[in-house]
Amino acid sequence: MRDDQLLTAKQLSREDIEDILDRAAEFDADPAAFGDRREDAILGLCFFEPSTRTKMSFETAIKRLGGDTVDMGPVDSSSVKKGESLADTARVVEGYADALVLRHPSQGAAKMVGEFVDVPLLNAGDGAGHHPTQTLLDLYTIRENAGLDDLTIGIMGDLKYGRTVHSLAHALTNFDADQHFVSPESLKLPRSVRYDLHEEGAMVREHTELDDILPSLDVLYVTRIQRERFPDENEYQEIAGEYGIDLETLEAAKDDLTVMHPLPRVDEIAPEVDDTDYATYFEQAHNGVPVRMALLDQLLEEDE
Amino acid sequence: MSDHQLRVSKIPRGTVIDHIRAGQALNVLAILGIDGESGETVSVGMNIPSDRMGHKDIVKVEDRELSQDEVDVLSLIAPEATINIIREYEVAEKQYLERPKRVVGILSCPNHNCITNENEPVETKFDVLDDGVRCEYCGTIVRDDLAAHIAAE
Ligand SMILES: [Zn+2]
Repeated sequence: MRDDQLLTAKQLSREDIEDILDRAAEFDADPAAFGDRREDAILGLCFFEPSTRTKMSFETAIKRLGGDTVDMGPVDSSSVKKGESLADTARVVEGYADALVLRHPSQGAAKMVGEFVDVPLLNAGDGAGHHPTQTLLDLYTIRENAGLDDLTIGIMGDLKYGRTVHSLAHALTNFDADQHFVSPESLKLPRSVRYDLHEEGAMVREHTELDDILPSLDVLYVTRIQRERFPDENEYQEIAGEYGIDLETLEAAKDDLTVMHPLPRVDEIAPEVDDTDYATYFEQAHNGVPVRMALLDQLLEEDE
Repeated sequence: MSDHQLRVSKIPRGTVIDHIRAGQALNVLAILGIDGESGETVSVGMNIPSDRMGHKDIVKVEDRELSQDEVDVLSLIAPEATINIIREYEVAEKQYLERPKRVVGILSCPNHNCITNENEPVETKFDVLDDGVRCEYCGTIVRDDLAAHIAAE
């Protein structure tokens, strides 16, 4: 894979991750100080499914670096509706921009686009596949709050379809992190992710109950369980209730537990948790900007 | 039809795929894209008694040699097969199958959400694992019944 593409968290070594997080910390310390760093850079935003936040976060990041964006607009108004292939669209936008960000509903879309374009490329989510920039901001948040080594982390929710979980679990194999996976039976990690984790020598510990491990956790990473995964509304309600966090749940946790969530949440974390020291999800969302500044800065540098 | 008869009914030019695991001959034809419409002369023997294998299948295709891609996929579903390239009625080359590192353009990905199942200008690519294959685009692992995933021509 090319140095100027970030397509999956699998391609990141520990050293790569630490480089990016260190760079992100510099941007984070004074985001307004770098407005002349990438002055002429144009970032092409190719979002084939709606994701306002991820898109805004990339827009903010490139603007903080002094650059600007071009945007293909919502999918239903674009040539995609007319049946143009993704490969063609990407090659057209490549002609306008110095780097591309791609979000697409199909798994493997970023890898394919990467075979067609020469400019730097960032995968901002491809179906249930990968979401490596989310992983980097997750790692940044974990490093700030709990440290990345000697870490015990619980990852809970929809582990089957949750691409943020797959990318994060893989990236954490670079560190001395104990990973526990908590989910209903029907939403366990997919075979391919388990395969990768075994390949990396990671121990996959799976649980159906959070109670079993909550007291040992430094970080609890909660993801959304989507209603549409369940044919039966009652079944969804039951599971959603069981995998929700509130103050009562957290009584069993360590005082310095860090609770994270890639957002948006529905009812996985009760609002009463927001005002506690556990709540780190808004900080996590904020970290998207410095981390994406660091990534864009690095990829544009690779391309020079 | 006995093994003996098949051996004596020599073809002038083409490929004899021997020692196919019994029951896999039709899958071998599928891999080769042979559906009887392209005009090749094809002979198929199924469940032929074999000293080595108990029973085996055999496929003979006239006027056709196999591409490396085809050989690679054959090796996944019929690992014991031997491929005899026939020229001038003689076995000019004998190939044993080796598992490839990857197969390109032959299998289709069972994940409906995979980009290779969209109308995009890409060939499928699968890494070969010890016990299956894995889509390089979406990561889906296929372990059972690879023949069912042979892409239609
Ligand atoms: Zn696939």
